[in-house]
Amino acid sequence: MSKNSQNTAKQKEEKKVVFLLRHTVETYGLLAGFVVLCVFLSIASPYFLTLSNIFNVGRQIAVTAIIAFGMTFVITAAQIDLSVGSVVALTGVITAALVTRAGFPVWIWLPLVLLTGITIGLMHGFFVAKQKIPAFLLTLATMGVLRGIGFIYTRGHPIYIGSRGFRAIGRGFIGPVPIPIIIMVIIWLICYFILTQSKIGKYITVVGESQRVARLSGINVDRVLIFVFVIEGVLTAISGIIMASRLGTGSPQVALGLELNVIAAVILGGTSLFGGEGRMFGTLLGAMVIGTLVNGMTLLNISPYVQMVVRGLVILGAVWVNMARYRVKR
Amino acid sequence: MQKEPLLKMKGICKKFGSVQALNNVDFELYDNEILGLVGDNGAGKTTLIKIVSGAYSPDEGKIFLRGEQVNILDPRSAKTLGIETVYQDLALADKLNIAENIFLGKERLKNFLGTPIRILDKKRMEAETLPTLRKLKIDIESPRAKVATLSGGQRQATAIAKSIFWKARIIIMDEPTAALGVAETMKVRQITLDLKKEGASVILISHNLEDIFSVVDRVIILRGGRRVGDRLVKQTTRDEIVKLMITGERAIQ
Repeated sequence: MSKNSQNTAKQKEEKKVVFLLRHTVETYGLLAGFVVLCVFLSIASPYFLTLSNIFNVGRQIAVTAIIAFGMTFVITAAQIDLSVGSVVALTGVITAALVTRAGFPVWIWLPLVLLTGITIGLMHGFFVAKQKIPAFLLTLATMGVLRGIGFIYTRGHPIYIGSRGFRAIGRGFIGPVPIPIIIMVIIWLICYFILTQSKIGKYITVVGESQRVARLSGINVDRVLIFVFVIEGVLTAISGIIMASRLGTGSPQVALGLELNVIAAVILGGTSLFGGEGRMFGTLLGAMVIGTLVNGMTLLNISPYVQMVVRGLVILGAVWVNMARYRVKR
Repeated sequence: MQKEPLLKMKGICKKFGSVQALNNVDFELYDNEILGLVGDNGAGKTTLIKIVSGAYSPDEGKIFLRGEQVNILDPRSAKTLGIETVYQDLALADKLNIAENIFLGKERLKNFLGTPIRILDKKRMEAETLPTLRKLKIDIESPRAKVATLSGGQRQATAIAKSIFWKARIIIMDEPTAALGVAETMKVRQITLDLKKEGASVILISHNLEDIFSVVDRVIILRGGRRVGDRLVKQTTRDEIVKLMITGERAIQ
């Protein structure tokens, strides 16, 4: 008996060391990777470290990252949302229509566009929570439907947005910092706070680990599921606005395949693919790594075809590491 | 024995498809009593307690709490009525720590920096967890230990702590010792007796007659979805209970 307890004590000690090691690698591994990537790129390309390039990358990252923060909630709840690229396109088109064609002021078009995001989120949440449709298949379907609506409305042609004030959202600065980066940081702070400090953040995590445990503890699982899709809907709409402003058009063709970058950022950041463990800071880092990688490849004149392959491989690698990490833990 | 029961169920029926899991079962639990619920696999024990804990609703039958008819719609309403369940698989969130598990669904909140925003009061929840852990005499270093890192007995104790923390009147324990070693089994039995000492009533489901005879006051035997016996432990024998479980008939003495 005493030998037995000694053994378990020793095992516990070992477990602790392994846990600490893993924790360190998980927390700082990606950060180290990011630093290495940046150092490499600043040596390889004279343009990488210029202020204009950094701002450019930052603006691109912001669009992906804002959606990825929402996706962190979604994946932590053991769900997925493949429709984000289409929602960016659709909300961009709607924004352009409201700003240019209807000529609405900001206090009308902004709530309307955000409401579109909320509605899409509510719809996703309803089908997942109340109709028990797997999120993967549901959002695969809406991915086609929502972009298709954008195409039908515009007949495939982008809507040009002339409004100077509107274009400032994506291209303007506050002080020396581009506005999209400021929006991204604010949203990150809020999301980090929700995930780690709030009741709903805790419930999202528990629902992702086990819906049964959540239900037996008296948590309203349906409400939690709807909540994560609504957050994701709103944040994707915000990204849609930034994207439209940056491009100066609302086009149904933008953000094709964006869901891959977004999911890659979340997975790279260490949020468990199985649900039940979310890492908001990791997601921010993950989005920065993906964005920098894409930018770096462009600066180095790597062909877009090769870029596709590299991006795919990075996602594969991230999924592989993620699976290994969380499978061992189970 | 003639007092009014704390919990009383009358004529409970439950069907799953064509399977009659419970057939006109009566059940009563008295104040400050440890009641054993025994029966072979498929006898309907789990279905019966799932009805009490709000996981299932009965097709027919009435439930009374202190003589008043109640509807137990879901686990939440069972909790509000003071009924807590320690599930066989414990139903703990492995990735959360002990305090988070105990307060799951009933978190303590505080205002964030004087604003009206309500956030989790983690410190307070951890502090409030400590006395309960001490009372159960569990050797756990800290309420911040993740459940995934605990031993079987510690996990069991955490699940029990989760139910007694909320001053439940009725605690249902589903096969609490099934997965435990000898020392941990003894500990859980002791905890069960302590719960009674503090005034709670316990429904204990067990395959282990050793559990039944060491802690239980009274035992109800189910077989094939029917109640076939109700004995005071002091006035019965193992043979009789086994016989009732298997044949549904009274042993010849």
